[in-house]
Amino acid sequence: MKNKAKYLAYPYIVWMAIFIVIPLLLVLIYSLTAGNVNDPSSLSFSVESYTRVFDVMYLKVIWKSFKLAIISTVFCLVLGYPVALIISNVKAKYKSILLMFFLVPIWMNFLLRTYAWMAILSPNGFLNRVLSLLGLPTLSIMPGQTAVVLGMIYNFLPFMVLPIYTSLSKINRNVLEAAMDLGANNFITFLKVILPLTVPGIISGITMVFMPAVSTFVISQLLGGGKELLIGNLIEQQFTVQRDWHFGSALSIILMIMILISMAVMSKVDTDNGNGGAPTW
Amino acid sequence: MSKKIIELKNVTKRYNGVVAVNNISLYIRENEFITLLGPSGCGKTTTLRMIGGFEDPDEGDILFDGARINDVPPYKRNINTVFQRYALFTHMDVYENIAFGLRIKKVPKDEMDRRIKRMLKLVDLEGFEHRHVDSLSGGQQQRVAIARALVNEPKVLLLDEPLGALDLKLRKEMQIELMDMQKNVGITFIYVTHDQEEALTMSDTVVVMNKGVIQQIGTPVDIYNEPQNRFVADFIGESNIIEGIMHEDYLVEFSGRKFKCVDKGFNHMEEVDIVIRPEDIDITEPEKGLIQGVVTSVVFKGVHYEMLVEGGGFEYMIQSTDMQPVGANVGLTFNPEDIHVMKRGS
Repeated sequence: MKNKAKYLAYPYIVWMAIFIVIPLLLVLIYSLTAGNVNDPSSLSFSVESYTRVFDVMYLKVIWKSFKLAIISTVFCLVLGYPVALIISNVKAKYKSILLMFFLVPIWMNFLLRTYAWMAILSPNGFLNRVLSLLGLPTLSIMPGQTAVVLGMIYNFLPFMVLPIYTSLSKINRNVLEAAMDLGANNFITFLKVILPLTVPGIISGITMVFMPAVSTFVISQLLGGGKELLIGNLIEQQFTVQRDWHFGSALSIILMIMILISMAVMSKVDTDNGNGGAPTW
Repeated sequence: MSKKIIELKNVTKRYNGVVAVNNISLYIRENEFITLLGPSGCGKTTTLRMIGGFEDPDEGDILFDGARINDVPPYKRNINTVFQRYALFTHMDVYENIAFGLRIKKVPKDEMDRRIKRMLKLVDLEGFEHRHVDSLSGGQQQRVAIARALVNEPKVLLLDEPLGALDLKLRKEMQIELMDMQKNVGITFIYVTHDQEEALTMSDTVVVMNKGVIQQIGTPVDIYNEPQNRFVADFIGESNIIEGIMHEDYLVEFSGRKFKCVDKGFNHMEEVDIVIRPEDIDITEPEKGLIQGVVTSVVFKGVHYEMLVEGGGFEYMIQSTDMQPVGANVGLTFNPEDIHVMKRGS
């Protein structure tokens, strides 16, 4: 039985090879070569694409991408954790309704949701019309970084709430009662028991928000009005406008490496927290 | 007698209109090992949780050292709890689990070290300080939970079926350990279990509960030998419960004849329930027996045989090392003090 079961994995291995491993290798090859991508014989080894990234202009774009992604992730965490806490504490029958509020928007097309934000935030949009109707000064946040960050927070918040909610709901009620029994009030119970026990949820929430945020190009294009170029836009342009697949590939590889480093740092934080627990006091 | 440390006065608790604990009154003395015993859903855990402060009584008062504590939150009560499933902090090691309460009280580091060391010695877990709690066996986790509660030196320790998840051998060992610990540290233990044997082994006082009502409070010997009603007799140990009539003091009729007994104070010809424990009945030759019957079933139980004997209009259960085969005609004898007469209850 055991031996037969392993054959079931073969289609998946083939699938992975065709759609994950080979494309990744191609991206790596393109990033390390120069020449015409349509003519394999013209390709020659070159690290020029990588050296080009160190141009100040591109470094600024990379910096801005990380800055906006970090800001969005922090906001998602600050907003999402209390939401997850509230959902996990309400009665069971309201729980599913509240969760639905966070899930239903995900079912709607991502592009449509971002266009909706354009309609709200644009200079003559919903928000400003309401403000002027109330006699208040209008805001000019779109196009701009604020609008991009708002779009990111809106789109990625559910990915922060859900993993934190899951890790909260795994905490046994008994454990919280034990903390109270040992003299901890609600605040200490949260700080010393609930928060440390939800670190895995926080880590996966941060991962799931930070990764799409740092590499997005749709949100920055639509809500940044073309002015707020992020690394995602840069990569997109290399493949669609500039037709420089080598540079685009190099940018993708660098983004990938930087995300991997961020994730490694995060998981280090996670494992450090699991030892003893004394440093948290 | 030592003073009352906890007192429950006419306490009632309902969940969505369903009564879980019904108007119970009870007091617990200092340094007593008291057990709340009953089947699941009898209200024993609810009672314990109200003492711990995790549930508020709907009616009645809970007193601690004479002061009303109904509205005192758990973290301000000088009571600690060992939870059913241990409820250890899985993100901390053994040391930090035990240190939790002391750190909140801001106990100095050297004193904390000393107290935790002493606790680990008490629960026989020396050298386990920096083990992760997930890597411990059930029995070890249980002992960490006990140490975590005891290190705070509470006046009262609540234990909610703490041995329920352990296997039989370990449970027996832990029963002895808990009893020793209770004697050594001099703390009042309030223990909840559905295991009547555990209750009889460990307690100074047993409180038998059913359907939210206290059925009987007494020493293990009293509870076993003098059950006050059919429920207690049935729940505690094996028993033959026979319907009978009390003719006068010290004379009761059942199974078609009159017997001398040691009970008195009933009305003339009052209908009563009679309990005779299976181990109190001896098997003899038919003509020597008080009741004659036929063996209908024999089961070997290890230390003794359990036999059913049909006779005198009742099927008597008998536990004896003296086996008689199925179909044998036998006589049953018992002494007057083995007959326990109870009021016919609801």
